[in-house]
Amino acid sequence: MKRIPYYPGCSLQTKAKHFETSAMAVAEALDYELVTLPRWNCCGAVHSLTTDDLMHHVAPVTTLLRSKEFSAENHLDDSRLVVLCAMCLNVLKRTNKRVQELLEDRTKINDFMYLENSKYDGSTIVIHFLELLREIGWETLSQKVKHPLSNLAVSPYYGCLLLRPKEVGIDNPEAPTIQEDLLKSLDAKVIENPLKNRCCGSYHTLVDKDVVAELGYDILINAQKAGAEIITTSCPLCAFNLDQRQENILKKHPDFTKIPVVYFTELMMIAFDLPLEKAGLDMHYVDPRPLLLKKEMLHE
Amino acid sequence: MRIGVYICHCGGNIADVVDVKKICETVQQQDDIIFTKDLEHTCSEEGQQTIVNDIKENNLDRVVIAACSPLFHEKTFMKLLEKAGLNPYMFEMANIREQCSWCHPSKGNATRKAEDLVNMAVKKSKFDKPLQKTSMTIGKRVLVVGGGIAGIQASLDLGDSGFEVFMVEKEPSIGGKMAKLSKTFPTEDCATCIIGPKLTDVATHPNIHLYTYTEIKDIQGFLGNFTVTLRKKARHVIQEKCVSCGICAEKCPTKVPDEFNEGLSERKAIYIHSPIAVPRKYIIDEENCRQLNGQRCGICEKVCVQGAIDYLQPDEEEVLKIDTIIIATGYDTFQPELKAVYGYGKFENVITALQLERIIATGSSGPPLRPLGNRIAFIQCVGSRDEQAGHEHCSRICCMYATKLAQLVKRINPNREVYIFYTDLRAYGKGFEEYYKRAQNAGIKFIRGRTAEILEDPKTKKLFMRVEDTLSRQMIEGEFDVVVLSNGLMPAKGTDPVANLLKLVKSPDGFLQEAHPKFRPVDTLVDGVFIAGCAQGPKDIPDTVSQASAAAARAIRLMNKGQYDIEPITAFIDPDLCDGCEKCIPACPIKAIQMIDGKAFVQGALCKGCGLCCAYCPKEAIDLAYYTKNQIMGEIELALSSKKPDETRILIFADNTCAYRLADNVGTARLSYPHETRVIRLPSCSRITPSMMLYAFAKGADGLFFGECDHKASPYTGASEAIQRNIRIAHSIMEPIGVDGNRIYFAELLASLLTDYYKAITNLIKIAKKEARPLTDEIRQQLLSSSKQVLSEEKEVIR
Amino acid sequence: MIKKILINDASEAFCKKVNELSGETVSRCDQCGTCTGSCPMIIEMDITPSQMMRLVLLGDESVMETKTIWICASCYSCTARCPRGLDASKVAEALRQIKLRQAIDYMHMEDMDPEELKKFPQMVLVAAYRKLTG
Repeated sequence: MKRIPYYPGCSLQTKAKHFETSAMAVAEALDYELVTLPRWNCCGAVHSLTTDDLMHHVAPVTTLLRSKEFSAENHLDDSRLVVLCAMCLNVLKRTNKRVQELLEDRTKINDFMYLENSKYDGSTIVIHFLELLREIGWETLSQKVKHPLSNLAVSPYYGCLLLRPKEVGIDNPEAPTIQEDLLKSLDAKVIENPLKNRCCGSYHTLVDKDVVAELGYDILINAQKAGAEIITTSCPLCAFNLDQRQENILKKHPDFTKIPVVYFTELMMIAFDLPLEKAGLDMHYVDPRPLLLKKEMLHE
Repeated sequence: MRIGVYICHCGGNIADVVDVKKICETVQQQDDIIFTKDLEHTCSEEGQQTIVNDIKENNLDRVVIAACSPLFHEKTFMKLLEKAGLNPYMFEMANIREQCSWCHPSKGNATRKAEDLVNMAVKKSKFDKPLQKTSMTIGKRVLVVGGGIAGIQASLDLGDSGFEVFMVEKEPSIGGKMAKLSKTFPTEDCATCIIGPKLTDVATHPNIHLYTYTEIKDIQGFLGNFTVTLRKKARHVIQEKCVSCGICAEKCPTKVPDEFNEGLSERKAIYIHSPIAVPRKYIIDEENCRQLNGQRCGICEKVCVQGAIDYLQPDEEEVLKIDTIIIATGYDTFQPELKAVYGYGKFENVITALQLERIIATGSSGPPLRPLGNRIAFIQCVGSRDEQAGHEHCSRICCMYATKLAQLVKRINPNREVYIFYTDLRAYGKGFEEYYKRAQNAGIKFIRGRTAEILEDPKTKKLFMRVEDTLSRQMIEGEFDVVVLSNGLMPAKGTDPVANLLKLVKSPDGFLQEAHPKFRPVDTLVDGVFIAGCAQGPKDIPDTVSQASAAAARAIRLMNKGQYDIEPITAFIDPDLCDGCEKCIPACPIKAIQMIDGKAFVQGALCKGCGLCCAYCPKEAIDLAYYTKNQIMGEIELALSSKKPDETRILIFADNTCAYRLADNVGTARLSYPHETRVIRLPSCSRITPSMMLYAFAKGADGLFFGECDHKASPYTGASEAIQRNIRIAHSIMEPIGVDGNRIYFAELLASLLTDYYKAITNLIKIAKKEARPLTDEIRQQLLSSSKQVLSEEKEVIR
Repeated sequence: MIKKILINDASEAFCKKVNELSGETVSRCDQCGTCTGSCPMIIEMDITPSQMMRLVLLGDESVMETKTIWICASCYSCTARCPRGLDASKVAEALRQIKLRQAIDYMHMEDMDPEELKKFPQMVLVAAYRKLTG
């Protein structure tokens, strides 16, 4: 079993717990152990964009430093830091890039972190779990498939922060295929949603749920028009906006038909035929289980 | 020696900052100076006359002029010397304008620097020797690469003038992109009708040898003496036998997309390139022919009554002796799939402008290649002016071809609504603005906004476009039947093999770089090689044709006299010192050094005078004319002799192609940089040997700056590596005795990157001033004794 | 009513301040509208993103009173497509920061439904607080 450090972030051990548990189960099936950092703090969720604001980069840099120390002390097989949440990925990678490129900023931030054991040198490499899967290889993945998703029309949704800005994105920002490649390795019927990169409305869900519902409606209806039965995502916030906000969509568009939105890892568990207690299929507003039962992908 | 020195006021450009009178006085103190004079405008008629008279009256044998940059007026003054009966190389210039008065606002500092610069030039002039231009004979054979309208025009001009043209085209027919067009803007001439006769003229011209379906495999040699190897690809149809009856194509079972119609129709595996193909002969497409791919077929052979089919025909090679070359390799259109947001290749109703050209061009003969619907939108700047697509340049012709195509499609069906979504509408040419107005009159709707994305209705296949109307500041969501991508003009991939063989330089946009953007727009930096048409950058047909004629004229200029002059600034070998070790042979970037009777010999006609070989010779047997070791050492000495103990001084070695030009440009832009700098101009910094570097430190330099052309733009391949090698050797000596290696700074530069230069110099001065202490006398003594050795072997660097 | 935009020391200072804070050079903007066309939030905005860039260039401080700067969700759609390589999201952030640093918040906790709050993943609260409050 190869051990690799893993950073959960604020939502992955609470509201999006099942994303974490399913990802860990899938990783284990592929002979990887995601080792949770023993000391971590919130990344701040959004990357501070102004030139003069260094304070908000301290939190992510602390995490990057601790990951580096942790993997060295414990002799992990892979020293790169894996994340699941798209927002964490974005913040950690962009901050990392900034301290790699701007020496002056790195020095100042290190000065802020005087209580840490060592100085951060910019050497931690941050990757998304999807990238790790891509490295393991779609071919290897497909060999693990015991329960092909051949019957299931799945439309992947990317949103913003896995892809943009392109210097930290994990795939082509306009025409990504990483989720499609993954789903194909599970033998799923992949449905192309032209709005798969469109923003879900992000944190505006807090202040203006109607806007977010309207954006979600556009995204979901386009997927449905193209023939999708289920949507996959890799961000707890996208998941919330596309799943939970269907309640609000229905209020505005009574003719709307609900569609389940799940993490890609949940479908992987089904395809790999892993015990589903940790999949969290019961954690969704729109329950995916009836569809999966109908498609004979679940046992009653 | 009898030296005359002139200091130019350049109006006030120099004299407002530099104390010209004072310089006259101090320079006068050097030996051998007959007089120093200051002139208001040295380059004026009056100034020039003064110099001619002075030379004659005072019997001068050397002239030094301190004025503007030598890149500006060196040639002028050299001609003047010739007029006065003096060898033009008995002349030096000191650049006290671009690299002194324009970049150092402080009068005192500028004057001190100017003094040094003039003294350096005087010192250098003392070693000047008369150099004689030699002549080479040249023939009248021209290679024209590319058979588009540029190559056609150049070939016809050359052929008509009595020169022998070898035109090489990689496609099976000449005609290029223009042959595909419907009509041409702004006059709306039918493209086929105006280019057709020219194709025939080329084919029937007694002085033009046409090689279609042919590639260039190799080019060796130089101006007046190129050896070109062609690879004539097998056509599998014997040209002399084919009568173009077309029965073979009729019977051929293999269908493939027709490139001439941009994939909108199909052709057979045996086919004729286009309806106006020249030569009008069939050809078998090797990639798709069944017989040639191991499948049984052989139908064309059976049906050809002429017996013209030859499946076993091999590729052939032919070697040509050529005197000059014209590159007319044209452009590629931007690959629209790369702009994923527009869905080309994914959405069936998104087409390219060139496809629309074909639809309209073929429209009068039979059904259209595809329906166009009623509402059509053009998207401008696809791939052009777009950092995301990696191309910052404007393609220049898209505004007008879209305006043309919009009118043509509207004229075919006046009920059509046609929209052009643009960012800036550029109607700069003759008749363009009027043509734009005509389109507006016709009801074409020009909307200012760049389309952000297109979505397709999967059922109706209609296209939905999201774009801001930036004039009304409203968001448009438009529904269209067809969207036409005005994709831009990009450097042709087909240019690369020839450009690489000839070591041609590319500009940042990827097109070929002309020798000078204003005064040598169709020359390249390689003598005898010219460019015409879109290989140099996007342009319309009239500009292409003008440039092609210009390239032909420039080629004729070289060949017409039957001989040409060679610059005498070349490397030369002292046969007494040369021991035949052959180390210089691989060092030469153009292979101009040969071994003759056990000694190295420089071929003057080939040598470009870069001086790269000099540092590789373990015997110091090679020197470079006009930039001899004595001259450079003299300049170094004079650049440092005025230095006071508490002063910092940096020597800048600048190559003539980029760094020196850049330093000029910095001055022209009036950017000021530290005055503690003295520049030594060289063909290439690779001329500076490690011993010279140590000598400079020994004489008091605090830092050395080497500015050399970016290796991509450098006319001398390997110059950067040679400089870095020389610096490594110097490091291996200086670092063990305590001289910080950071005192030597090397930068690859481009003449346009003003801030790079400024930053690099300021930074080096910072290092020399703060981080490095002044060198002690003891260290300098050690450096001086090391500098007396020949340091040409790379030793292990001890840090 | 046509508004008058004054070009003076104050307008130039404002433009410079936004350039510095955002790290962008708004004068490079071509006004092509790609940002607007790419913006998922455009229907909620009162001025288009390209108009925001324009007003900053002109130094018109009224741009800070627009809804647009708050609606921008930093999704970087415009960033990914800008033909001039500009980042309008950084300009919007700079404008928000100028307001927020004057202690003028866009979001107020007391307006929130406590029951609703329980549903959100934590990242929503963190992100919204970071973006919309000072």
